[in-house]
Amino acid sequence: MESPLIQLENITKSFGGVKALKGVSLTIQPGEIHCLAGENGCGKSTLIKVMSGVHTPDHGQIFINGKKYKHLSPLEAIKEGIQVIYQDFSIFPNLTVAENIALGSELSAKRKVVSWPNMRRIAKEALSKINVDLELNEKVENLSVADKQLIAISRALMQKAKLIVMDEPTTALTHKEVDALFKVINGLKQDGISVLFVSHKLEEIFAISERITILRNGSNVISEQAKNMDTEKLVYHMTGRKLQDKYYDVDVKNKVPILRTDKFGLDHSFENVSIEIYPGEIVGLTGLLGSGRTELAESLFGLLPATSGRVFINSKEIKIDSVQKAVKEKIVYVPEDRLTEGLFLEQSIERNIIASTVVSLLTKLKMLNQDKINQSVENWIDKLGVVTHSSKLPVKALSGGNQQKVVLAKWLSSNPNILILNGPTVGVDIGAKEDIHNIIKDLAKDGLGVLLISDDLTELRQNCNRVLVMNKGRISGEVRGRDFNQKTWSELQEA
Amino acid sequence: MYNKFFQTTEFYLIVIISLLFLTIGSQNSAFFSINNMFDLIRSGIVPGIFVVCALIVLVSGGIDVSFPAIAAFSMFTTTTILSEAGFNGPIIVPFLIGGAIGFILGIINAVFIALFKLPTLIVTLGTSSLFSGFLLTFIGSSQISNLPTSMLNFSKMQILKFTDETGIVVGLPISVLVTAGIVILVSLLLKYTMIGRSIYAFGGDPASAERVGFSPVFIQFFVYSFVGMLSGIAGIMHTSMMRNSNPVDLMGSELLIIAAVVLGGTRISGGHGTIKGALLGLLLVITIQNSLILMGIPSYWQRFVIGALILIGTGLTAVQVKKTNAKRKSILT
Amino acid sequence: MLNIPKPNPGPLEPGQRKQLILPILNKDGNLTRLFFIMMFVFILMGSISPSTFLSLDSFISMAYQFPVFGILSIAMMITMVSGGIDLSIVSIANLTSILAAGIMVKFLPPDASLMTSILIIAGAVACSVIMGLLCGLVNGIAVSLIGIPPILVTLGTMQLFMGIAIVITKGQAIVGLPMLFSDIGNGSLGIIPFPLIMFIICIILAYILLNKRAFGLKLQLVGTNPVASKYSGISNSVVLLKTYAFSGLFASIAGLLIIASTNSAKADFGTSYILQTILVAVMGGVNVKGGFGKISGVVMAVLTLQFLSTGLNALHVGNFFKDFIWGIALLLVMVINEVSNRIKEKKLVKQN
Repeated sequence: MESPLIQLENITKSFGGVKALKGVSLTIQPGEIHCLAGENGCGKSTLIKVMSGVHTPDHGQIFINGKKYKHLSPLEAIKEGIQVIYQDFSIFPNLTVAENIALGSELSAKRKVVSWPNMRRIAKEALSKINVDLELNEKVENLSVADKQLIAISRALMQKAKLIVMDEPTTALTHKEVDALFKVINGLKQDGISVLFVSHKLEEIFAISERITILRNGSNVISEQAKNMDTEKLVYHMTGRKLQDKYYDVDVKNKVPILRTDKFGLDHSFENVSIEIYPGEIVGLTGLLGSGRTELAESLFGLLPATSGRVFINSKEIKIDSVQKAVKEKIVYVPEDRLTEGLFLEQSIERNIIASTVVSLLTKLKMLNQDKINQSVENWIDKLGVVTHSSKLPVKALSGGNQQKVVLAKWLSSNPNILILNGPTVGVDIGAKEDIHNIIKDLAKDGLGVLLISDDLTELRQNCNRVLVMNKGRISGEVRGRDFNQKTWSELQEA
Repeated sequence: MYNKFFQTTEFYLIVIISLLFLTIGSQNSAFFSINNMFDLIRSGIVPGIFVVCALIVLVSGGIDVSFPAIAAFSMFTTTTILSEAGFNGPIIVPFLIGGAIGFILGIINAVFIALFKLPTLIVTLGTSSLFSGFLLTFIGSSQISNLPTSMLNFSKMQILKFTDETGIVVGLPISVLVTAGIVILVSLLLKYTMIGRSIYAFGGDPASAERVGFSPVFIQFFVYSFVGMLSGIAGIMHTSMMRNSNPVDLMGSELLIIAAVVLGGTRISGGHGTIKGALLGLLLVITIQNSLILMGIPSYWQRFVIGALILIGTGLTAVQVKKTNAKRKSILT
Repeated sequence: MLNIPKPNPGPLEPGQRKQLILPILNKDGNLTRLFFIMMFVFILMGSISPSTFLSLDSFISMAYQFPVFGILSIAMMITMVSGGIDLSIVSIANLTSILAAGIMVKFLPPDASLMTSILIIAGAVACSVIMGLLCGLVNGIAVSLIGIPPILVTLGTMQLFMGIAIVITKGQAIVGLPMLFSDIGNGSLGIIPFPLIMFIICIILAYILLNKRAFGLKLQLVGTNPVASKYSGISNSVVLLKTYAFSGLFASIAGLLIIASTNSAKADFGTSYILQTILVAVMGGVNVKGGFGKISGVVMAVLTLQFLSTGLNALHVGNFFKDFIWGIALLLVMVINEVSNRIKEKKLVKQN
């Protein structure tokens, strides 16, 4: 047996007292396609950052090419051939394709003068290694997500990578693009380059990996040859639960839809969307990133006012042309990106919670009514179980799950009728995830209509009474929640 | 390729400037006289260096309002030293001293910006006040007119001498070559050197730049010290062209320079901007400044026109950015 | 009301208990530090030149001076809290006061009765304040509706408003304001000078605006994260429009105080105030990235600067030296704030 390329032993790492990694070990062989799997928030990202020298582990050992590192620096990691492709790709939108690919290696070569023909040659060579052809003089800001990713991979190759870590590389890719990416990865393997493929999507994990390591809640559960694993085992190890457990059902007979759209559309984003949501329903909505699902949600919330079709709330037609209008109609939206869209990180929990409802918390003289504010804030902290010692703390001091509860509290305090959630449990630990699911189900049971957008198939199956699939801006299919799985997802996707 | 050119800010500027030239020329034929054209160029010599300074900083994602203060500090300190020493040597010496002083003052900016990570606008507002306050308090506040001979000779040297219709000899001062040299040098630096490209990369995405292996501290130190040095050189040019050294000269020109660079298509958010555009922006501003009188508009309209120009120019850019953002790639196929 | 059963938060994990440390970080050390700096400057200046600095005359004269840049600082501060900046405040102050001065000089006959005088002066003041609001609205529209970065907008309007003022006055100063007007401006209530009264009114107004009204909360939220505020149903453009309009309003009040004390209106008066107001805001703890700022901090910073200025005057140093000191003070304050924040964060990391 060859000596491993990289070996992590018993790594622990905590942040602000929260243990992100509790003694994780991982070994990657040269030329191996290794998959690091686990649900969101299980510690995958932290582990990557330990490998690339961004985080120094509290305890544990790192061996690369047989050499032991106590404090691995990012530069040392790069020198050892470890290249990480982050989800944002770390590329420069204002520079050309050629520069983005070649600049890094030119920099490592300590060149002072850049030769454009030389950079173009390097870039061409790098792209040809992965059999891709891109216009070298194009500015990267004009390219698609898939192309940007290819650029990031090419750049890593030019840095003499021995291991390329890909953090959730398929999130924004279409099926075709994923297939193309897999070809690239297999090509890398032929050249003796290892790939650590980080993902939580079962289908992909089996399609590509030779070995699978699963993390759950900061510990590694199992590391096994892919051929010895199956879906059931994988799900069990990722979630700690058996695949089959609970479903959400609701009877909507004799009810009026709380929200109905008729040939709803937004230029360039989605069209002909006719859906109904009944009180008590939790309707799942899924599809690739860029399928139009987020745009649909944001149109319903008035952020991107629709350009065609009609919307009815309790059979009454309304026009949602602004967020204020949507809120007035009691439609609220928990956005996709909690940190940038959902929260005012530096502000207090209290201010975050009252951000949307402050106008209802005034005295007769239209001044802030601190008593009312305290009462409302305490009430919601209590109801949603936000774990904190004071509502005056900045919200950035909270864990992901508690932060998400604060976002929920902000909107639930406005007493909504329709709740749209976009990836509500991304980056949330398992305990808080279950809390949030329970909160959503309880809200629905009280008569709210919920639209739940998610990538997480288990989440959709277990919490939605039906699931809609979106593809290229159209609703491509619908299925009962309990029947929703990988297979139906793919079928509806292609439909 | 050609289609792209027609969408650039540079193209729009060329159209606007041509229209402006034609309008002014049709109002007053004196506009197209060699004398007036040389006047235009002459008034762009020192600001020409300043726009290069402002451009470099804006591309790196910062904003610098201290370059006039640095220029004034460098020129007045240099001339004070030289005149007290009874200096009689070659012209290169004042340029070296001025450049060196500017370089050091630029380093001071860089310390606050790169090491303490403070916002560039407020740091340079502070240093600008500090530099000019120090200059006027501790070095002197009255003009020096007995400049070293080499500086006076430098101001008299001309290239391209012409005798116009009325028999007056007009010419371009040799300092125009210095500005041209700096412009060419910096263009090459920005396009063909690692540090030049790293300034663009850093301005485009500072976090990515760090991950790829650029050193943000080095980049910012380079940017602010280099710009300081250029400002120092600009100060010496100003002094020798004016044939005296006045410590309160140049102050207050920073905002107009930045406006010219922004009109030239440089984005205040960093990463975008070309020397070509910045120079065209400057040409537009200088033309308006110099030609209002030729068009029969009282000079007190100057500020109003420039203010309106800044608003219209930045407004059009903002609207354009909004449009491109709204014009997402279609998902529907 | 929804009836949601309380989910079991479970036992506190060690990390969550550690959050107790955060209140220390959260507590505003900057204000306390600023208070001590203010007292230090006061005592220093008092001990350097007790006879000139520590006299009633000197305090009264100070009370005529700081209200102008104090009110301008409030104007600057609220735009900085919104995440922007307003470089046009001094131009607005001059333009609006030129309007007021022009109206008074043009429409007030020398032999007018007291009643007419009061009416015309009141009318002039009203016009000036409305003009201030309008100028601010121009800034607000350019920032929020057109989407130009605030620094560029106000750079442009700074030139534009000053340009309009120059065009109106053809570059000349307007002189010969009615006696009654400057009498009010230079008068006092008991021993409290009128400008100080105006400053106090502005402070109270700004305090209510920022801390007691829904607008103030929204302003701080927009300044902290404009994307999140949009997703929270806050209309960013309305908030920004109001912010710049208020900034223009405060600037016009400062402008009226300026013409009352100098008895003339000029298009290019007091351009050095811009740096001073930014200095005050930064010293007063206003976050330059937006979102945070306390009126009490601004007031203390205004007083500190005034003590410094008066103390330096007593030492007969020139204005240039003051510029030098302002520059150093601005940089020093920012460095101290930055370093103390870094130390705090390091401590926090260590404790964990």
